[in-house]
Amino acid sequence: MRIALPVEDKSMESTICQSFGRAPYFLIYDTESQESVFLDNQGAVSQGGAGIKAAQTIVDSKVKALLTPRCGEQAASVLSAANIKIYRTTNDSIRDNIEALTNGTLVLLDEIHAGFHNHRGR
Amino acid sequence: MINVRIAVLSGKGGTGKTIVSVNMAAVAEESTYIDCDVEEPNGHLFFKPRDLGTEEVFVRIPLLDDQLCDGCRRCVDFCRFNALAYVNNRLIVFDDVCHSCGGCVMFCPQQALSEKSKVIGEIRKGVSGGVSVITGRLNTGEASGVPIIKRLLTYIPRSPKPVFIDCPPGSACIVMESIKDADYCILVAEPTTFGVHNLNMVCELVKLFGKPHGVLLNKCLDAYNPAEDYCVRNEIKILGRIPFDKALGRLNSYARIPVRESEKYRELFKALLHTVTKEVRDETVVNP
Repeated sequence: MRIALPVEDKSMESTICQSFGRAPYFLIYDTESQESVFLDNQGAVSQGGAGIKAAQTIVDSKVKALLTPRCGEQAASVLSAANIKIYRTTNDSIRDNIEALTNGTLVLLDEIHAGFHNHRGR
Repeated sequence: MINVRIAVLSGKGGTGKTIVSVNMAAVAEESTYIDCDVEEPNGHLFFKPRDLGTEEVFVRIPLLDDQLCDGCRRCVDFCRFNALAYVNNRLIVFDDVCHSCGGCVMFCPQQALSEKSKVIGEIRKGVSGGVSVITGRLNTGEASGVPIIKRLLTYIPRSPKPVFIDCPPGSACIVMESIKDADYCILVAEPTTFGVHNLNMVCELVKLFGKPHGVLLNKCLDAYNPAEDYCVRNEIKILGRIPFDKALGRLNSYARIPVRESEKYRELFKALLHTVTKEVRDETVVNP
């Protein structure tokens, strides 16, 4: 299964980013082949609608699940339109969370926040 | 004779923009007061104007015809506010994120996007004595009041009556829009360190816009005033001082207009109006 995680750096040893929309990179990981690809998140530098842009990147990567500590409502609506499941990460380790997902111990993110709009000089 | 347009602004809320602009407009007797603080307009609470009508303010947002969209994504790539997403062979439009630039409609090769109107607020016109009171109001939940302010400023009459623009707090787009056409900016400042920090932000803004400006020191105590110190250090004209006065606070809390009730404040604001008018005139002579 292809999954995505917001990460701080382009490395498996990096940490999970606390923000989804403004994360600098996304890790696209294949749980079967264990292949990893890192993508730039254009949402990180966008004026507004960062979550939408980030979610579009995730949708276009054809993943089945997103592992993230949090997610805004606009991003969530894009992801749900693409039937991508959103799981809540339990700590900031990439490997721990991938392992937890494979073991079936990760739970779905049920808390979708209203977003942090209007903080970029509107 | 063209009218003088005076914008009243401050870096933070609660410094006294409304009390200053309302009282200056009232003391000028024949004037126009425009409330650009569209997220929480309150000048009308003081003027209690006789209602002269309301106009709705619209913005244009994209309307999708699913049948015509072929998924080229040109609109998605174009939108710098990311108001559009393309998922599962379907375009999603986020109305609240849209800034109404019209670019997506212009660039759609299939003519799948057209525009529809969306009401985001209203403008209310009224009159109180010799003051025309124009109030903008943004509907709750809308992202930007800029379109309302653009519309508000078209209400400036072509007459010699001075115009007072009560700005929103801060120094973001919405404030820039409010001061764009102003001849002079009055910066209202509080005697606190926090007040100075915010004063500095609006000072930078008015300098960036090349607007002649001066500072009105509000809530003055018989003590060291960091805002005054800031003005002296940065060579900014001090237009006047309003004391920290309980009687003034009381009039204000009952939504009364001090210049219409107190001789002391009538004189204070008359002097302020005189100073500002003179500043604007001098400025016109130097920079016609």
